Amino acid sequence: MRRIGFELTVAVRFLREGRFQSLLIIFGVAAGVAVVAYISALVTGLQQNTLNKTLGAQAHVVITPLDERVTPVLPRAADERPFSDLQPRAQRLRNLSNWPLVVARLERQPGVAAVSPLVAGSGLAQRGEATRAVTVAGVEIERYARVVGLASKRVAGSLQLAPGDTIAGITLASDLGVRVGDRITLSTGPRSEVLRITGLVDLGVRELNRRTLLVPLRTGQTLFDLPGGATQIDITLDDVWAAQDLARSLAQQLPYKVESWQDTNSQLVSALNAQSVSTTIIRGVVMMVVVLGIASVLVVSVVQKQREIGILRAMGATRGQVLRVFLLQGALVGAIGSALGVVLAMALVFLFTRVVRGPDGAPLFDITLPPALAAQVALVAAVAGVLAAVAPARRASRMDPAQAMRS
Amino acid sequence: MSAAGAASGAGAPLVALHDIHKRYNVGLPTETEVLHGISLSLAHGEFVALIGPSGSGKSTLLNVLGLLERPSSGTYTLAGTPVQGLDDDGLTRLRRETLGFVFQFHHLLPAFTALENVTLPALARDGQVSAALRERGRALLAGVGLAAAMDRKPQALSGGMQQRVAIARALVLQPALVLADEPTGNLDTASADEVFVMLRRMHAEVGTSFLIVTHDPRLAARCDRVIEIVDGRVARDAPSALQP
Repeated sequence: MRRIGFELTVAVRFLREGRFQSLLIIFGVAAGVAVVAYISALVTGLQQNTLNKTLGAQAHVVITPLDERVTPVLPRAADERPFSDLQPRAQRLRNLSNWPLVVARLERQPGVAAVSPLVAGSGLAQRGEATRAVTVAGVEIERYARVVGLASKRVAGSLQLAPGDTIAGITLASDLGVRVGDRITLSTGPRSEVLRITGLVDLGVRELNRRTLLVPLRTGQTLFDLPGGATQIDITLDDVWAAQDLARSLAQQLPYKVESWQDTNSQLVSALNAQSVSTTIIRGVVMMVVVLGIASVLVVSVVQKQREIGILRAMGATRGQVLRVFLLQGALVGAIGSALGVVLAMALVFLFTRVVRGPDGAPLFDITLPPALAAQVALVAAVAGVLAAVAPARRASRMDPAQAMRS
Repeated sequence: MSAAGAASGAGAPLVALHDIHKRYNVGLPTETEVLHGISLSLAHGEFVALIGPSGSGKSTLLNVLGLLERPSSGTYTLAGTPVQGLDDDGLTRLRRETLGFVFQFHHLLPAFTALENVTLPALARDGQVSAALRERGRALLAGVGLAAAMDRKPQALSGGMQQRVAIARALVLQPALVLADEPTGNLDTASADEVFVMLRRMHAEVGTSFLIVTHDPRLAARCDRVIEIVDGRVARDAPSALQP
């Protein structure tokens, strides 16, 4: 502190002396920081909400067998025109060889939250006259529940799956006119079974609610003629954004097709990216305005204080000291303004969660201002303050003391 | 201590100017030379008046002496240090070690109290004001009759009082030379007299050399030595007429 005792004292006095100017610019900085912090919190909340909704009923990484291909007799060069074309193979439901080993290995992998093997295929659900095409998933219910967070999605009945039981999406249940305890007939190609509805779930996406039918893994294996098999492994991760990397590395290690949620939701990903880019642009522009604001006030202050700068120099202040006096003013304005701005942003966030509510009266979605984000924004603003002060401070330090005093 | 005695005494002079020229707007059509080869020297403990008509170059000479402006040519040795070899920070350091300033328009910082203004050179030099220097500041302010006004801001002080604060400030780091630019120019006769008496008293008490720019011949007559500048040249350099 002693090393910049002079600079700090003079900077604080200068700021206090031009009280009105200082307050104006501090509030300017505060407004800028508040906008940046609030927008960041809002967009983070919005994206989190969108992700939760989309990924709520989806695995982050899905492993399936590789597509079957017809291998050409001769390899074909890129520029060669085919003499005859090959008909692509129909993709039948196939077992994922060695799946118990793969599941066991994946469960030990760090960052993996849940792993669930399943037999997934399509079938027809019938009750009386009503018939609906469904996606049948034969699952180990405890594992599957962890992958998609089924516990929070239960609407009626239980989440137990004994042999002969099934859990249905709510729209499917209402389409078929069934309630918990009712029976439906499920047919998959040659086989069919009568199943009892034990629970109804709301997966948050209409299409899934209309088609989903969960059955025990063993029932699934029987229905699709894959005794002891699994056609798919669903993985949920602790960090959704790690999905792509994990999928890529798994694809290299395993002879399977590995897809991340980003691969299957590319539109969502690009929408999220567009949002992030817009946020970054807004943040950049606001920060620029903050910098320009601080800079312009300091430029005026340097001109106003010419005489005082001259006195300071005559009293033995070095150029460096004068430079630091003005840099410190920028830093102080930035720091005080950003502290105020963070408080303001917290108030805005609070207001948002209080005022903006859905039709049911619950908050539309959660937004919070993470301390790390607040600290980051505040730090950026303080640094911006110093940067903004560079030009005026250099100008002040270059002033010829005699000239400065004459004016 | 007799200033005249010190002036004639042996030893290195405090100030030695040799053939100092100062030109402004060099290279422009408006180029003008303000100082045309000034040579003079001051000894330790002198009390000197620098007089001359307006536009004669007094203030420029004072700025050169005060290391606020660099001469265009010539040599200047201050307290044994050749000035022309110093960079800007070197000049600043030499300035705060050897010089004190009193300006015509008192030039106090409005955001600081009288005492803080007085100790400002210490703050600039050390980054803090030591208890000893704060005490010295108080003593100097008391010495110029402002014991009761130490914590007042400059706006709350009269012109004469402000100028006395400036004198105390000039002396706080015990400089070898105090440069005063029309220290009484902006004051009514009574205050002017008061300030001048104060300067003389400080000179007698502290033994610092004083160089006072003035165009008031009565004031000049009360100094020990008078240097007159006319058109950028030394026209006269003699002991004051009033001196015995």
